[in-house]
Amino acid sequence: MKAQQSIENQSPGSRLPLLLIPALALTLVCLLLLVLGLSPLTIGRALASGSVGNWLKFSHVLSVWSPLLLCSCGLLFTFRAGLWNIGIEGQVILGAICCTAVLRLPGGLLPPPAVLTLALLAGGAGGGLWGILAGELRNRGGVNEIFGGLGLNFVGQGLVIWLIFGPWKRAGIASMSGTDLLPPHFWLQCPPGWRVAPVALALAVLTLAASILLLDRTRFGLRLRAAGTSPGAARLFGIEPDRISLQAMFLAGLLAGLAGGLQVTAVYHRLIPAISSGYGYLALLVVMLANYRPLAVPLIALFFACLVTGSIQLPISLQIDSSLAGVIQGACVLSALLVYGLRKEKS
Amino acid sequence: METLPGNDMIGLEEIHKRFGRVEALAGVSMRIRAGSVHGIVGENGAGKSTLMKILTGFISRTSGTIRFAGREVDLRTPRDADRLGIGMLYQEPLDFPRLSVLDNFMVAAAGHDPGRLRQQLLELSDRFGFSLDPDSAVERLTVGERQQLELLRLIHRRCRVLILDEPTTGISQEQQEILFAALRALRDRGRAIILVSHKLAEVRSLCDRVTVLRQGRVVADQEQPLDEDRLLQAMFGSLPGGQRTVASRETGRPILAMDRVFSGAGRSGLHDVSVSVAENEVVGLAGLDGSGQAVFLRIAGGLLQPDSGSVRLPARGRADRPAKGRDCRQTVFLPADRLGEGLVPGLSIREHLLLAGDTPFFLAPTTGRTQAEKTIATCNIVGSPSTPADGLSGGNQQRLLLSLIPDRARLILLENPTRGLDVRSASWMWQFLHRRMGDDGAIIFASPDLEEIMTRATRIMVFFNGRILLDAPTDRTDLQTVSRAITGRTPEDARLPAA
Repeated sequence: MKAQQSIENQSPGSRLPLLLIPALALTLVCLLLLVLGLSPLTIGRALASGSVGNWLKFSHVLSVWSPLLLCSCGLLFTFRAGLWNIGIEGQVILGAICCTAVLRLPGGLLPPPAVLTLALLAGGAGGGLWGILAGELRNRGGVNEIFGGLGLNFVGQGLVIWLIFGPWKRAGIASMSGTDLLPPHFWLQCPPGWRVAPVALALAVLTLAASILLLDRTRFGLRLRAAGTSPGAARLFGIEPDRISLQAMFLAGLLAGLAGGLQVTAVYHRLIPAISSGYGYLALLVVMLANYRPLAVPLIALFFACLVTGSIQLPISLQIDSSLAGVIQGACVLSALLVYGLRKEKS
Repeated sequence: METLPGNDMIGLEEIHKRFGRVEALAGVSMRIRAGSVHGIVGENGAGKSTLMKILTGFISRTSGTIRFAGREVDLRTPRDADRLGIGMLYQEPLDFPRLSVLDNFMVAAAGHDPGRLRQQLLELSDRFGFSLDPDSAVERLTVGERQQLELLRLIHRRCRVLILDEPTTGISQEQQEILFAALRALRDRGRAIILVSHKLAEVRSLCDRVTVLRQGRVVADQEQPLDEDRLLQAMFGSLPGGQRTVASRETGRPILAMDRVFSGAGRSGLHDVSVSVAENEVVGLAGLDGSGQAVFLRIAGGLLQPDSGSVRLPARGRADRPAKGRDCRQTVFLPADRLGEGLVPGLSIREHLLLAGDTPFFLAPTTGRTQAEKTIATCNIVGSPSTPADGLSGGNQQRLLLSLIPDRARLILLENPTRGLDVRSASWMWQFLHRRMGDDGAIIFASPDLEEIMTRATRIMVFFNGRILLDAPTDRTDLQTVSRAITGRTPEDARLPAA
């Protein structure tokens, strides 16, 4: 009955400056670029102009930021409950599937905005149920949430491919490019000159505010911390850690599912095989880099969204593979984990 | 360098060990002979474990001389002890559960010829009457079989001194007989065997000589035949001013009723425990560490489910469903490991009080601060509302835990409640508990301190190997009966010869 080591770093005890993280990451990336014979300055300029160069590009960044922020907010709950919700990727996919399912129902009964709302809710519910599934596997079946979640990710990915090539295939031929486009009245609309749907943006911002409130200003947030840090002690306070972890898994799944729904209705307007764009995994990196602090999450998510968007142009403009964004993100997270680890060690 | 039977294998002179201000060993001298089984007995905290850790090189003595086979030695690391041939069989066998018996045997063996080692394992196993399958996974063995494997490993490594720490806890009677036969055979081959135990029956049947430790000193040294009464007297001493400070009150309705409860948890489990505790009772649980008190408290607190039997608690009725919500908190449990099991590291005093109380859903940073300040003042906690639990000293952690006991608590369960508290804090704690208990509550506490139990409790229960051997009002029993029970003698068989 030993207290479990909390995932979150709690004591910012030592004096190792946090500024070391970007410095270390920058050095790593620059060294790598120099070895490859590329100019860090040119690359940096290309990344910047590709993401914040003008409003059109920045609004594209925001369209990445919204689902990424939703997923990151979800993960704040599971990390606080002491869980590694790797299954978030599958939760995004299930959200996208459930959302599409509602939009494909024979129409005419309800006005399009109502159907769209229902579809997003269905996306949240689908993701939430996928999260609960991983949680129950853990609580009842003793399957670690990392392995259960990973397994469910593959199931979700399989499901989406099956749907695209089977029941939901395009009229005539099935194709990797996805299902038929949704009718435009089921699209979350962007104003002219925008690449992000204001509804998606508002949803993400509201979710962030609600998550911070829930985590830091409610009894639920307190119980989540207690159960995540020390399940044994939490039990003495009449808290059931298993139930709390299920609630956290549901919330994370709900927000991930909503992100999946946005991918369908606001970004791709159809179901595609790579519907999650890997935002679930990326969100894990965001939250780790933020050191599990809610207030740092939107900024880091924005930075990551800039990298993702800015690197799209790299293959064309500089003949560099766009996976450079992933390299930079990885370097940041590794530097952060190293610095946090050293700080913990020293304190 | 063979040591002949009868000669000293180990000689200890004036061994001292200090941990900060605490003197765990205050000048221990003794001699352990080759070809003998030497018993070391004593109550909790007498210094047995410290002495054994020094002999196996896990900790270093503060001062004193250790001789091995007549030669002065310095045991600084476990490796030093291992080179000399001092091996220890721990209570929890130190093996590799996922590996097979043969792999475990080979890990520390010289050479790496699986065929030959398998042959040697089988021969050794056969010689001592063990039945170990070399290919079975260690995690599927019983504790007794794991001990046998560990013993063979030590013998194969040519250990000349074998230390066994409470080896019979958790093993069957049959395995115990096989173990004892093996130990006798080893003794006859000139090995020195040290048996750390609190079970007088086995000490009597196995040991040639017994040394009693008490508060870090040797207080008695006997050869066979043993005088059990004098051993007990030496182990537990007499009670200084053993007057009960708590008055018996009319007991009320039953608060906790256990009926034929069995559990496999912990080192000893619980065997067939049926007790009833009523309002106004203060029950002290005595017994050596790991004799079942911890399991009993956790079952009573609803933290562990018994394997069989029924548990009835106040209001909530049965405890066979997991605790739900805050209404279950008529029963509270304060564990011995305060920070690890009772409090949440990282959460502040204010946040702990919020968790324990009726708290609104939305919390402002100021919610509960006034309440926390009041509690800090009334409970004399050194800290502020925002001090995290892991920033408090042990005594203040206990005060915080006490302050979290809800007003409506009727059954208060405590594990070593005064551990680490000074006399004043302890007496404050008991006053506090009596106030909380009110007219319709009961307290059950486990304590290694017999004096505390005899003075603070109205009733004592003595645990031995998962059973309650003695259950009596504290004013109608005496220290001799209690110490007999702690060492495994019931009042009825007090005069019976050892098995």
